[in-house]
Amino acid sequence: MTVAPLTDLPLWPPTNLDRDPLVPLDAGERRRFAGPVTRVRLPTDATAWLVTRHADVKQMLRHPGFSADLTRPGFPLLRRIPPGAFGDRRGGFIRMDGAEHARLRRMLTAEFMIRNVRRIEPLIRQTVDRALDELHAAGPPADLVAHVALPVPSMVICHLLGVPYADHDFFQERSRTLIDRDAPPERVQRHVRELRDYLHRLVEARVATGERTDDLLSRLARDRVDTGELAVDELVGMAVLLLIAGHETTANMIGLSTLLLLRHPARYAALRDDPGHADGLVDELLRYLSIVRTGLPRLATEDVEIGGRLIRAGEGAIAVLSLANRDRAIFDRPDEFDPYRAAQQHVAFGFGVHQCIGQPLARAELRIALVELARRFPRLRSATTEGRLPTRDSSVVYGLDALLVTW
Amino acid sequence: MSGAVRVRVDRDRCCGAGNCVVTAPEVFDQDDEDGLVLLRRAEPPAGTVDRVRLAVELCPAGAISVVPRPAPQHSATP
Repeated sequence: MTVAPLTDLPLWPPTNLDRDPLVPLDAGERRRFAGPVTRVRLPTDATAWLVTRHADVKQMLRHPGFSADLTRPGFPLLRRIPPGAFGDRRGGFIRMDGAEHARLRRMLTAEFMIRNVRRIEPLIRQTVDRALDELHAAGPPADLVAHVALPVPSMVICHLLGVPYADHDFFQERSRTLIDRDAPPERVQRHVRELRDYLHRLVEARVATGERTDDLLSRLARDRVDTGELAVDELVGMAVLLLIAGHETTANMIGLSTLLLLRHPARYAALRDDPGHADGLVDELLRYLSIVRTGLPRLATEDVEIGGRLIRAGEGAIAVLSLANRDRAIFDRPDEFDPYRAAQQHVAFGFGVHQCIGQPLARAELRIALVELARRFPRLRSATTEGRLPTRDSSVVYGLDALLVTW
Repeated sequence: MSGAVRVRVDRDRCCGAGNCVVTAPEVFDQDDEDGLVLLRRAEPPAGTVDRVRLAVELCPAGAISVVPRPAPQHSATP
């Protein structure tokens, strides 16, 4: 058997600065990667299998024969950073498997369940209201990302965790570094350490003083650390994860969703006139925009057949959520944005036991932010007149850096 | 096909994502203590069976299954 030279394989993820921000992959890229299972070259010069069909992505992410642990040799990393550079990884359960993962995740499942998220909806609404006041005071025109998309999820996750929002510049910058594929290794290393040190001080203060406020870090300190079930360093790692996830995902969805709705004025108006339909719209936005565009990487720990292709133990595979979310077998006319379709089967939150734990929170934030925006700014439109919008192309979570709007 | 079914949940597999509660709240709930799935009724009412089947599809951990419910026993006498 002849082996194709590495350079003949297509590079994943592709760099394409001409692509419209609302289009995860253009037609040419889709032809190149739509396999359904394609061998690709990664920026590290390793190879991996790209899995693109909805059914295959679900099978792969639910299969116990794929590991999420990026310290395993052969794991398909998307950047040239040795996993050791991430330093202390205790508590980072997004990169754990099996019982080790379940033990930590299960300490958080009740915190983010729908019933509890409903309870904090008034807080989300209040946060959105205040952000919209700020937007109004700053313009027109004003930057929707700086005034609404970034601060809303940041304030909410800070409140839930018990982290002072006043420090948001500090952790916003650091969480950005951590998910930026182009960030230099030494900067990543330093920012991880600084973020852990910062949260360590907050956790230690609660454990040492016995100070118990009504927030997630205090509850875990009392119910899990005091009882000896959880180490302080594990709680720190869990807090880092929640802080980053709480910042980087909903913020990018709010910005991109607004851009999309401003191009569909009738949909935007419908949000104001028929807010009861906002839940369906939110799922369609998640499907259509699929902001985790580089996909979810895993390492096969046993031979598994996916999409008719045998993926061998030790080989890397990447589940491309954005392509699965445009699979014709599941979604009729998948390239059309249609808020009235049944979009719930999308995999924008991932699939398998790692599926986003904060999805009820993300959905509520997105729904409230967009409905209130449409209600208070019915004449909102884009104020960007020329050139391309500033996008986050090297980030694991795609989004806009700014969106100038007027009203 | 939406014949009568019986639902099973596997709390050991459940990862508490809550999709089932959004999809068929009459049938599924989440435990206040651990956030894991609770079955409100093992035999879902006829009008919910399609949504229960959707919940099976949506469950990221594969923790929900449905099996056909056996027809009520009739008398064996001829």
